[in-house]
Amino acid sequence: MTTRPPQASPLIQIQDLSAGYNDEMVLKDINLSVEPDDFIGLIGPNGGGKTTLFKVILGLIKPKRGTIKVLGLSPEKGRLHIGYVPQFTYFDSDFPIRVRDVVLMGRLGPRHLFKPYSPEDDRVVDACLDRVQLSKLKSTSLGELSGGQRQRVYIARALASEPELLLLDEPTISVDAEATAQIYELLHELNLQGVTILLISHDLNVISSYIKTIGCLNRTLHYHGEKEITEDMIQSGYNCPVELIAHGLPHRVLAKHEERNQ
Amino acid sequence: MSGILSYTFMQNALAAGLLVSLACGVIGTLVVLKRMVFISGGVAHTAYGGIGMAFYFGVNPILGALTFSLGASLLMGYIQRKTRQRPDTLIGVMWAIGMAIGIIFTDLTPGYKSDLMSYLFGSILAVTQADLWMMLVVDVIVIGVTILFFKEFQATAFDESFARTRNVPVDLLYVLLVTMIGLAVVMLMRVVGLIMIIALLTVPAAIGSLFLKNMGKIMWLATGLSLVFTTGGLLLSYAFNLTSGATIILVSGAAYLVALLVRRLCKRCPDE
Repeated sequence: MTTRPPQASPLIQIQDLSAGYNDEMVLKDINLSVEPDDFIGLIGPNGGGKTTLFKVILGLIKPKRGTIKVLGLSPEKGRLHIGYVPQFTYFDSDFPIRVRDVVLMGRLGPRHLFKPYSPEDDRVVDACLDRVQLSKLKSTSLGELSGGQRQRVYIARALASEPELLLLDEPTISVDAEATAQIYELLHELNLQGVTILLISHDLNVISSYIKTIGCLNRTLHYHGEKEITEDMIQSGYNCPVELIAHGLPHRVLAKHEERNQ
Repeated sequence: MSGILSYTFMQNALAAGLLVSLACGVIGTLVVLKRMVFISGGVAHTAYGGIGMAFYFGVNPILGALTFSLGASLLMGYIQRKTRQRPDTLIGVMWAIGMAIGIIFTDLTPGYKSDLMSYLFGSILAVTQADLWMMLVVDVIVIGVTILFFKEFQATAFDESFARTRNVPVDLLYVLLVTMIGLAVVMLMRVVGLIMIIALLTVPAAIGSLFLKNMGKIMWLATGLSLVFTTGGLLLSYAFNLTSGATIILVSGAAYLVALLVRRLCKRCPDE
């Protein structure tokens, strides 16, 4: 993006927003402002509306009530300044596409309709591949990569949009521990370089050492722009970790958390 | 065998094979990658309803097929995207209803009707100069649209919601694609018949995607394979006095089986 919109802080402003599918409300009375340079971790149970919230931010679902602004614009316009890393629960490893072609998709946009990718696009894409340390694999087909490498490809694709803000939906869901650490180190560095990050994860143990603020979403959102989990988050119905406050032992929290999900 | 090339009908048939292969390679690749094989089969069979009605009302069957084919592709495309409840059931039912309409209207039409068989099973040897022009127009449209939106088609086939977040006109591209499927069906109808279109449309692209990891290259390979299948099938059918459409399909089917076997045997084939 060559033109930045008038710098609006916060990057995302959501007020009294409700959204859902057909008659079912998945999100209720959401208020959220995402400030620049933040690294927000959003936790919550399955079906609690985390992915739906992302879809609303990205303009893929229209809210039933309330307002949302992305960099002061409507989601349909503002989303061009967002780098989106979707959750890939299903992956067709036979889909014929090379790593570099996936990252190039981050350069798509109205400006590029009817026009081939430019040398500038190539330059940005190569830089993004370098950023996630996948330059050597750029001509490999995506299906041959490991889960962790594939996630880094999607992060590179999001970065290729030269975003103000990254949205990541469970980026480490099917990734081993080493690759998970690598991905979070990368996100941490990106955040230090001024990329604001909003991340969904079930893995509180890992994110707690990287995030700056935490929110808990179970149809309603509990977010105070702080790193501590507060009383109301626990009461929100999610098995938000009591021990985190009581004992400060996230490891124990993780164990319990996973047990309950299984 | 060289003598047969001097016949106009054979020259037309070979030209038809070439023109059809171009559309097949391009549309077939998009159909396979976007998993729209079932819709394509449905559109092809529904088109028979248009042919039956055209016979009954005494209009050009191609026009009837075109109307039904485009109508069915848009409707089935809409159902596939908008219906949460079992789009495959609805499409399957439409598929059968389309054929039934064709058969009933044929019953109601008095007189000799053997010509209808050529729409069901194809008759590449009966391709006329006018058919060739029609095929050329379809090719120009299909190839033009694909070149114009190549990277957008690739992106929507791979990850549609991401493409949407980049403000790629996903819905418009989908309408373009189903329209092109509708056009391709009418064109392929002349060569292999409505019943077997689904195979000629998908086999070349399916073989291509077994061995290549680049959509553009798959389109080229699929076009080449399609040309080999139609030409080879045509010559075999001539030599052994068989139905051309069915021979073309059997040649494609055999090639697909061989390709699957080869792919299995060398699981780690170097790509490209």
